[in-house]
Amino acid sequence: MRELDYLGALNEAQIEEMKNDENVVMMGQDLRASLYGGTGLLDLFGEDRVRDLPTSETACVGAAIGMAMTGLRPLIDMGMSSFCFVAFDQFVSQLAKVRYVSGGLMKVPVTVRIPLMYDNGVGVQHSDRIHPMLMQIPGLKIACPTTPADAKAMLKTAIRDDDPVIFLEDSFCWGTKGPVEEGEHTIEVGKADVKRDGEDVTVVAIGRTVLFSLAAAEELAKDGISVEVLDLRWLSPIDWPAIFASVEKTGRLVVVDPAVRICSAASEIAATVGEERHDVLRGPVRRVTSPQVHSPYSPELEKFIYPDVPKIVAAVRAAAAIR
Amino acid sequence: MPATGLDEASAPTLVDLWQRMVRIRRFEEAATRLLRSGRMPGVLHNSTGQEAVVVGTCAGIGPDDYLVGTHRNHGYPVARGADLTTLMAEVLGRAPGVCKGKAGEMHLIAPEVGAFFSSGILASGLPIAVGTAVTARMKRTGRVTIGIFGDGASNEGAVHESMNLASIWKLPIVFLCENNGYAVTVPASYAVSVRDIADRARGYSMPGHVVDGEDPCAVAEVIRAAVERARSGEGPSLVEAKTYRTVDHAENLPSQPYRSDEEVAQWRARDPIVTFRARLVAEGIASDEELESVAKQIEDDVSAAVAFALESPFPAPEALWDDMYVDARLNRAPAF
Repeated sequence: MRELDYLGALNEAQIEEMKNDENVVMMGQDLRASLYGGTGLLDLFGEDRVRDLPTSETACVGAAIGMAMTGLRPLIDMGMSSFCFVAFDQFVSQLAKVRYVSGGLMKVPVTVRIPLMYDNGVGVQHSDRIHPMLMQIPGLKIACPTTPADAKAMLKTAIRDDDPVIFLEDSFCWGTKGPVEEGEHTIEVGKADVKRDGEDVTVVAIGRTVLFSLAAAEELAKDGISVEVLDLRWLSPIDWPAIFASVEKTGRLVVVDPAVRICSAASEIAATVGEERHDVLRGPVRRVTSPQVHSPYSPELEKFIYPDVPKIVAAVRAAAAIR
Repeated sequence: MPATGLDEASAPTLVDLWQRMVRIRRFEEAATRLLRSGRMPGVLHNSTGQEAVVVGTCAGIGPDDYLVGTHRNHGYPVARGADLTTLMAEVLGRAPGVCKGKAGEMHLIAPEVGAFFSSGILASGLPIAVGTAVTARMKRTGRVTIGIFGDGASNEGAVHESMNLASIWKLPIVFLCENNGYAVTVPASYAVSVRDIADRARGYSMPGHVVDGEDPCAVAEVIRAAVERARSGEGPSLVEAKTYRTVDHAENLPSQPYRSDEEVAQWRARDPIVTFRARLVAEGIASDEELESVAKQIEDDVSAAVAFALESPFPAPEALWDDMYVDARLNRAPAF
């Protein structure tokens, strides 16, 4: 099968969906110059449908909402997760609530591409892993694909969806390559994916930590520890049946999340499994997260923060040690 | 007939402008009674004293244009002729409300008559208004959006972003500032860096107009010109209507005194409903008897709306989850 890198897969999804539906309109900063690899869009679709924006995050999200309420399907690009804070009013009070507050009179089919850029020396104000904050907002759907194939299929799903979809991209994944089938593929909203079958310990992971968990599983297999890696893929809604099914099989759970620990996605999953599947757990659910600390500029400090392969290996060993 | 700035064939008559103002006033008075008697939850943002801005604006737009309003929004759907019964049911949080009881008084809308959307966070609706104007432009629908905000919201960053974007894209939108002099209790004379907010239009290369917000005809004339300009592709305008709310920011929101009784009395003397009625009678456009009969009909309509709302059921408990998503399978609590 042919291989594409993650950004190339996303661009293919954008081009296909813009060809499929003339109501799909792209907006963002630096789109026309293809700062993040969205090549060829301006030539294909013209300035009306590929709109460069002034630096106006609030107007970007708000205008997309108004466009969606009147029949367009905007695909907007926030450039970087930390820039979302500037527009948070639009995310919380409008994007998520327009449909509910209108009693269903309105729909808001907006897709928001948000790169999670961290662990590459961009400093305290550009490294936020904001997904737990967004997960706290009812009314949003949140995608976070890890592989190029999932990225393409899930972006197509998001653009076609009639609800607002936050599309998170762990920027570590941008340069990774993988097989991407030709043709039309979508992935049902809320469907997680078992990326590696295993028997002893379940690892639920998000974004690039899926790749790290797969590497950890490979290492642990040498010691006879069989790890199941579940790629959550959708952070909202969470695929509880898939998580429970895996935990029922293994009896042990490690949740890996690049966000800071407090109220992280990992915390929510750990708490819910603890409440709902306490009877099948052989030991405590373990979280591998970032500590409650900022992301400093210096690489010699930043390297301590995020979940990596050794931290995942250690957590799985600790979980597996309980018989 | 005095100049109204209106197309006489299609525009509301002067009596109709007056009756729409009375309709708003009576609707809000009825809601206020319901609130004070404990039959309505929350607070109530009345537009008492500002009705001329509302009806003038509604008279100046076309049938398919979009109004994107604020927390002080009751007047727009009422003035556009929306059914009072479902609006009042919404105010009381009842199931037949326009938004099924999910919105309440801060988000009264009636999209079928152009009261498209309203938002309770200051200036938060303006970027959305820019978006509806983008669609109108891209799909060449000829629809113009009125993006409404107040003197308080004029200091929000969202106003700047919205006006700049509307200007560079020459969008069919009119920014309407209802300057009622106070952001809750903080005077515009203190909080706004310019005497006329309309002056800020120059910073966005768009025309700015100041209009007497107590005169519905003057408002209609200015809005109509700005709407026609927008419709013909010449881009956005900013209209500042100088007005005054003679009631507090919201019912049920007590504050220490923040303005003098004399000031309130001066503006009450300019009450648009009273002064416009006097003008209609003085100019021989309508008699007192005719206007009384119009007012009586409105009182009957409002009473019927209140009765309907009070008799209407509250939403069923399972409605809590309705309309969270278009995707109906998500509109329920997760079943573990």
